[in-house]
Amino acid sequence: MLRNFLDRIKPKFEKGGKYHFLHSTFEAFESFLYVPDKVTSIGSHVRDALDMKRTMIVVVLALVPCFLFGTYNVGYMHHATVGVEAGFWQNFWFGCTKVLPMLVVSYVVGLAIEFIFAQVRGHEVNEGFLVSGFLIPLICPPDVPLWMLAVATAFAVIIGKEVFGGTGMNIWNPALLARAFLFFAYPSQISGDKVWVADAVSGPTPLSHIAAGEINALPDLQTLFWGFIPGSVGETSKFCILLGAVILLWTGIGSFRVMISTLAGGVLMAWIGGLAGSTGASILQHILSGGFLFGLVFMATDPVTSAQTGTGKLIYGFLVGLMAMLIRIYNPAYPEGMMLAILLMNTFAPLIDYLVVGRNMARRRKRLVLASKKA
Amino acid sequence: MSQEKTKTAEASVPFWKEMFSAKNMKLLSRPFGSENPVTVQVLGICSALAVTAKLQPALVMALSVTVVTAFSNLIISLMRNSIPPRIRIIVQLTVIATLVILVDQVLKAVAFEVSKQLSVFVGLIITNCIVMGRLEAFAMANKPWPSFLDGIGNGIGYGIILVIVAIVRELLGSGTLLGHQIIPSCFYEAGYSNNGLFILPPMALILVGIIIWIQRSRNRNLIEK
Repeated sequence: MLRNFLDRIKPKFEKGGKYHFLHSTFEAFESFLYVPDKVTSIGSHVRDALDMKRTMIVVVLALVPCFLFGTYNVGYMHHATVGVEAGFWQNFWFGCTKVLPMLVVSYVVGLAIEFIFAQVRGHEVNEGFLVSGFLIPLICPPDVPLWMLAVATAFAVIIGKEVFGGTGMNIWNPALLARAFLFFAYPSQISGDKVWVADAVSGPTPLSHIAAGEINALPDLQTLFWGFIPGSVGETSKFCILLGAVILLWTGIGSFRVMISTLAGGVLMAWIGGLAGSTGASILQHILSGGFLFGLVFMATDPVTSAQTGTGKLIYGFLVGLMAMLIRIYNPAYPEGMMLAILLMNTFAPLIDYLVVGRNMARRRKRLVLASKKA
Repeated sequence: MSQEKTKTAEASVPFWKEMFSAKNMKLLSRPFGSENPVTVQVLGICSALAVTAKLQPALVMALSVTVVTAFSNLIISLMRNSIPPRIRIIVQLTVIATLVILVDQVLKAVAFEVSKQLSVFVGLIITNCIVMGRLEAFAMANKPWPSFLDGIGNGIGYGIILVIVAIVRELLGSGTLLGHQIIPSCFYEAGYSNNGLFILPPMALILVGIIIWIQRSRNRNLIEK
């Protein structure tokens, strides 16, 4: 029925049709609802089931466990703090009333801007924002005012993405840019050390315990791993993040090089910090608290903003992990360094690629010279 | 016959009419838009970042730069035929430095508070690329009056951008304009809060970028290849 309807109104959006100026809006809805029937008809092309739409959907699927647990955890933290005994569904429902509006705001604002730009520039709306829009509520504390979220999303989409030419051309991860905007614009609302747990009550996150040196106040490793701690919506449960990581790695969408090297960088820096006596927390406590793992799995691996070359990915990831821990341990102003570390390395990713490609070319040239000498 | 008439008419044009001829007026107004020193030539960005967190220092800065560009253009243009080309930069710098010290002293005497806020940035007008750029590009090759107008025009062109950026930054960053509360307190009670990012220098850069974006999408000739 829907297909018939789309087919019936399609001519109106094609060239010469009545609503041609809304062409890309129609295109977007049609390809969102159905697999596009356009296929490349001439020339050679790689056959692969993985187009951009599917890539994005897989990432969203990988995020779903984090999202569901995050929603539940918001309710759980609330009821635990207030001291009310609450069942699973009660917790989940309370979380929904907090998290769903954030998701809706992020999608509505972001997609509206994407559609307007696509319309004005006459290109098609693509699926890039499906992931960013899902990530934004996951990396914000659940009490962030919705209008701030809307402003931050608009800033991230316009300045972070559309200015550079839309999906695939951006230098920085749009979701992280939205968080960075919130972080610098409204530092009292979102700073990574104290977060809302219930109305008018805010509790310190594990990170602020680490920053303050109160290691004994840290929850035990098991609680950190399963995620019954206060924090941003999606970052608390390391189990769900690992589940997402498995999906990304299994489908080959997330880069294992970036994940492994980021982890290595973080472990190394946490180890050095521990040796130097600058931080009291153990390596595991560092890795399991805050947004380190979430950033590692879902943000650092963003195929657009990370380095593209194999060696480049290793260098990029290693530096992300190193910087994140460096900022966390040595800069008292920022209890969490993952956001800034990823944004910083996003900026340097093209340079890393440039150097890696350059070195490779130099090596091959040398080999060529040697070979021609022998001959 | 008719030619003679125009000739006499030209000769009898009063000097002030010639001074404000269309050509000269263009010198004055071009830097406002299509030849803006900040958004088109991308000069003077550093001070645009530093002094635009509040409107008042931005206004004073704009005025100071206008005075310095106008008078240094005038003085250098008067001397242009007697400056040996090899040492022209030193001569230009001497003139600019003298004017900047004058402006600085006047500010300290008249508006001490603002002068304290601007701190080193008044002194740094010496290194403002717009001043030096106009001397090299215009005053060294043109008569004093057009040079003076060119200086005023570029100073104002710089000032316009400064003031726009400062208005946005002060309004959204502090909720005030010239120190007066603009955003009503009922907004704050409804949950609004000032945007701290607008106080930080990066936002000035982003705002200048947005102005450049808007200007170039309206005037496509300015887009670089």
